[in-house]
Amino acid sequence: MKIAIASGKGGTGKTTLAVNLAALGEGAIVYADCDVEEPNGHLFLNPKITVSEEVGIPVPVVDPALCTACERCVEACRFNALACVADQVLVFSALCHGCGGCIAICPEGAMKEYPHPIGKVEKGARGELYFIQGTMKVGAAMSPPLIRAVKATVPPSDLEIYDAPPGTSCPVITTLKEMDYVVLVTEPTPFGLNDLRIAVETVREMGLPFGVVVNRSDVGDGRIRDYCRAEEIALLMELPEDRRIAETYSRGELIVEALPEYKQAFADLLDKICCSVKREEGVPGS
Amino acid sequence: MKIAFTSSGKTLEDALCPRFGRADRFLVYDLETSEFSLVENAQNLNAAQGAGIQAAQLVVNAGAKVLVTGHCGPKAFSVLKAGGVRVFHGENMSIADALEAWRNQSLVELHAADVDGHWV
Repeated sequence: MKIAIASGKGGTGKTTLAVNLAALGEGAIVYADCDVEEPNGHLFLNPKITVSEEVGIPVPVVDPALCTACERCVEACRFNALACVADQVLVFSALCHGCGGCIAICPEGAMKEYPHPIGKVEKGARGELYFIQGTMKVGAAMSPPLIRAVKATVPPSDLEIYDAPPGTSCPVITTLKEMDYVVLVTEPTPFGLNDLRIAVETVREMGLPFGVVVNRSDVGDGRIRDYCRAEEIALLMELPEDRRIAETYSRGELIVEALPEYKQAFADLLDKICCSVKREEGVPGS
Repeated sequence: MKIAFTSSGKTLEDALCPRFGRADRFLVYDLETSEFSLVENAQNLNAAQGAGIQAAQLVVNAGAKVLVTGHCGPKAFSVLKAGGVRVFHGENMSIADALEAWRNQSLVELHAADVDGHWV
């Protein structure tokens, strides 16, 4: 079962939720940190990293001996990463999405693929829990290829928890694709609701089953509850504003270990998600 | 020789546009015939990325050997340089004034990008 923990707004508690769910589950469990621009799940799970692999995207290099400056590649590049001046093709690797279109269209076979490093995927474990994270290279511009590499590394497991990046743009879409369920974490503030609405539009457009978790539920007001009721969205869990949770977080500890009284709430959340996924599977086309 | 100016308007009296990659269009002035043509940049104006590179490609393809604009980033500059286009800085003036200033050699030539690139 693949569950993504996402949010519109950043800093609402995605990682807090993701690492605690991952630490709680039973069987073969994977925690995958897809927030590759600033992965931080490792701070709480303290995994032993055993494998580190560089990830690159294939960018073109031009063989000047074969290139006839026909400019077909320049016309084909929808990312504006190529130019042809003075019968010479210039490649701007930072803009390249690695789609391979230019290489496919070149009639002379003058373009070859060359890996341009964008980051690394690290694998390890915390006891029984399998840990994977992606970390982008400083200066790299595009995270989706690295997120895809993280996801491709995840072995089929009983429970796969994907810690998504914030927002609703390409990195989030890349993470959410093929998920069985999406948990949207928010907070009861105007910013929290505004960004939740956008996130809800996104997951609805993608046709993914989802529910909402309200973090620091007793700050702010009841706007998230009202919104979820009006939109008929499952409100899965409300985590109160508790100084001890903040302290646990600041020490890099897990709530389910440091504050056992919250363990049941996380277990209930996991149950609700599992039930919801099974319901979805039981009703074809829903 | 042809000189390209970034422009928001369609005449010599219109103001020189300070933006390069996302300028509305280029006014390409031919010193030999004293006539000009307009090269639209609408496609790059709306591009998600790489507007400067493709704008530079348009300027090179138009046959200009000089570009007068407000600012130029590193990727656009490298395309212009490869295409043998010299870049001069102009701001707060009409295209006619910029042309005159270029003739008087009072415009400053850029030998490198004068603003940071996007994305990297």
